[in-house]
Amino acid sequence: MTCAVDIRTVTKTYGTFTALHGVSLSIRDNEFFTLLGPSGCGKTTLLRMMAGFEDVTKGEILLFGQNIASLEPNHRPVNTVFQQYALFPHMSVIDNVGFGLKMKGWSKEKRRTRAGEMLEMVHLTDFADRLPAQLSGGQQQRVALARALAPQPKVLLLDEPLSALDLKLRQAMRMELKQLQEDTGITFIFVTHDQEEALTMSNRIAVMSAGHIQQIGSPQDIYESPLNRFVADFIGDTNLLQVEVAAISGDQAQVILPGGQRVACSTATTEKGTHHLSIRPERVTLVPIGSGLQAVVEQVIYLGTDLQVLVRLDGGTAMQVRIQNAARTEVPSPGTRVGLQLEEGAARLLAD
Amino acid sequence: MAGATPDSASAETTYRSARVPLLLPTWLVIGVFLILPVALMAVYSFLTKEMRGGVIWEFSLAAYDQFFINRGLFGDEPPTLEWTYLTVFGRSILQAAIATVLCLLIGFPTAWFIATRPPETRGVWLFLITVPYWVNLLIRTVSLRFLIRENGPLNDALLGAGVISQPLALINTDFAVQLGLFYSYLPFMVLPIYAAVERYNFAWSEAAADLYASRWVTLREIVLPIVKPGIIAGCLLVFIPSLGAFLAPNLLGGAKNFMIGSLIEEQFKKSLGNWPFGAAVSMILMSLVLILLMLYARSAARQETR
Amino acid sequence: MALRSVRHYPGFFGIALMCLTVLYAPLIVVMVYSFNDSPSITNWGGVSLRWYFDVFTGPEAPRFKAAAWNSLSIAFLAATIATCIATAAALAMLRAGKFKGRSLTFAMINLPLMVPEIVIAVATLIFFTMIGFTTGYLTILVAHITFCIPFAYLPIAARLQGIDGSYEAAARDLYATRAQSFFLVLLPLMAPGVVSGYLLAFIISLDDFIITNFVKGAGMETLPTAIFGSVKQGIKPNIMAISTLMLAVSFLFVTLSYLINRRGR
Repeated sequence: MTCAVDIRTVTKTYGTFTALHGVSLSIRDNEFFTLLGPSGCGKTTLLRMMAGFEDVTKGEILLFGQNIASLEPNHRPVNTVFQQYALFPHMSVIDNVGFGLKMKGWSKEKRRTRAGEMLEMVHLTDFADRLPAQLSGGQQQRVALARALAPQPKVLLLDEPLSALDLKLRQAMRMELKQLQEDTGITFIFVTHDQEEALTMSNRIAVMSAGHIQQIGSPQDIYESPLNRFVADFIGDTNLLQVEVAAISGDQAQVILPGGQRVACSTATTEKGTHHLSIRPERVTLVPIGSGLQAVVEQVIYLGTDLQVLVRLDGGTAMQVRIQNAARTEVPSPGTRVGLQLEEGAARLLAD
Repeated sequence: MAGATPDSASAETTYRSARVPLLLPTWLVIGVFLILPVALMAVYSFLTKEMRGGVIWEFSLAAYDQFFINRGLFGDEPPTLEWTYLTVFGRSILQAAIATVLCLLIGFPTAWFIATRPPETRGVWLFLITVPYWVNLLIRTVSLRFLIRENGPLNDALLGAGVISQPLALINTDFAVQLGLFYSYLPFMVLPIYAAVERYNFAWSEAAADLYASRWVTLREIVLPIVKPGIIAGCLLVFIPSLGAFLAPNLLGGAKNFMIGSLIEEQFKKSLGNWPFGAAVSMILMSLVLILLMLYARSAARQETR
Repeated sequence: MALRSVRHYPGFFGIALMCLTVLYAPLIVVMVYSFNDSPSITNWGGVSLRWYFDVFTGPEAPRFKAAAWNSLSIAFLAATIATCIATAAALAMLRAGKFKGRSLTFAMINLPLMVPEIVIAVATLIFFTMIGFTTGYLTILVAHITFCIPFAYLPIAARLQGIDGSYEAAARDLYATRAQSFFLVLLPLMAPGVVSGYLLAFIISLDDFIITNFVKGAGMETLPTAIFGSVKQGIKPNIMAISTLMLAVSFLFVTLSYLINRRGR
């Protein structure tokens, strides 16, 4: 598979502050790749460096093998969908969409044709002559998309384009974007802080925090096999327990919980010693006391689709368990002693 | 802001019942000492000039006639268009226009530069730009004259550096007047443009660059159209005072650079003057300014509704 | 090679520097030459304060002293009166809700800024002549008050606009009369704007030439008109000394105004 974008030990400093610490990653052609992390983690900085709006302090950025770190943004065959769309307020929608083509020297007819095609693709043909101010947020977002795709870039950069939309619209746009990427075959590099977005849309995700890449992998890899506490906690909900490693062999391990109970799990590390164990709350079943981990129910929280059961293990550790709120569910009352049965893949020993 | 809370909303009308006594001084002062005089000036322009310099209270279009129509030396030839004063107006308009263009060419980059400084330094730059404005216009014009005259420091420096072999005759030229006007009103161009650039969203420039536009193309296609209201405001704030300027043409220009301000001033020198004529020229100048302002107001209103 | 941000345009920094140079060069040159020991303005004769002494004690000193007294006293009176009128106007415009004639009043307040100065000068002269009022100190003062009003009004209104109405509401709630709430609550809050407006009006009055020149009549001089008359006969070194003094006063006032505004924020 061709490598579309190759980031090689890229560091970015602003004076004394380091935004990116020698990060490396490799994005494949025709991939929907997401940079995921909380605000301040450096994901937007990295994206802007690919676009050409930030200088590379150290390292290289290769686009299909060519180092573009010193190229001005208007010389890179890469286009961006901006977080607040940045549609030119004084130009009509169709002029906005055709702008990149105008800059490349396309004739007026060719521009109009292509811009028209793009608008059709995003279902905004009727809005061609309107001004951006006359459009809703969702419509502006689609114009920004059409504008960035019109010049047929090799790579499309998307800087949290859905964050300004409301929930229902966001969910609909996720599917549209995913479909668009598959249809056009362009490499999409998507930045977001919303892990649900990342999981639903991406082929692969790079989880970032404080200028470092924590883990790169497919949504399944990231969720099922997190490497460390940050990734385990950032994606989905989890219980983090401090444990002592009893035995490790291959990718399985045996750990000792505070209080002495033992758990078998998959592992991200080969070291012994003290580590954290991640247990996914939805992969725990409540069984009658006697089997599984011994605990006492402290509180039951009603969430509509689920019930969140807060328990305390014998040994003192608090945990949360998620059970589906189906018609036949027995709701355990606070104070009851229960057993916690861990399903396959519920527990994972983390590297830190 | 108004009506943010019920409390502040009621504070917005605290002095409502006192508004007449509060505004009376303003109404009186401006009504009696500005509006009334202007009205009287309008009346004056339709009076007859008396031999010895006063006026006779007799309606006459003589002043306007003198301005627009040429009836020959003794007033008995067939009427043709009088070019003398129209030329003065034309020259003033040209000088003011050139000064405005000068201010724009220098003021725009300066305003852009200041607006793109980090917030801490921005204030300092603004302060530096506006300080000369607070110096008396007369003194600024005199300083400029002192600087550029034939045996002045500028020529001394240029001669000394070997850039020129003979002193430049800058005083009493059109250029000196344009320079003087530029010097007088530059901050009026910089400040509105600065305000407009401050509100400009640089994401637009990034988007343009992302879409293959070079810096200068971005300036032409994106920046200028968006910043245009500030530019127009700046141009008006320079052009209008320049039209009626007196000091720059008087101190820096010679007889050849006679402008509207000098024409008007001349009419009010004691017994030599022609007050109705002076009033008429002032009326014509004021009408020109008001037309420009109305055009501006209308185009600004059209921008709002777009 | 470092990438330049979209804010960067080559040459703009140079033009900005040039702009500042052009703005300050004539002033700096005058300041420097005001310390010139030589009576000729073309040759440099060493540093000396003789021209400053000449301004205060030389042959023209009485004339300049009279002119300075006129300028300063008129500026003081005009600024004071204009500031009071402008403050009252600001109260009415911003704290009296919408009323009939509000936009008209706003236009009136801004009128002196929109009519060319020379037109105001002519109109004022004609007015005083018509009513038979002898031109002199009072005519200058009245004219100055008139055109100082908008200059005082601008900072005062700007400041008042930004003051939340809840302070006055609180005062009224605690049984203060309007006058009490104004003097004890609102005015102190408005103070930076009022002082700014005062300084602005003062400088505008002190610096005015065209209108003053028209309405002053014979025998009266203010500093600007005295300087102008002197310059018409040729620039002498003592003119540069006076200019530098006025320059210093202007600079002082502007800095004061700037600092007061910053502290008040």
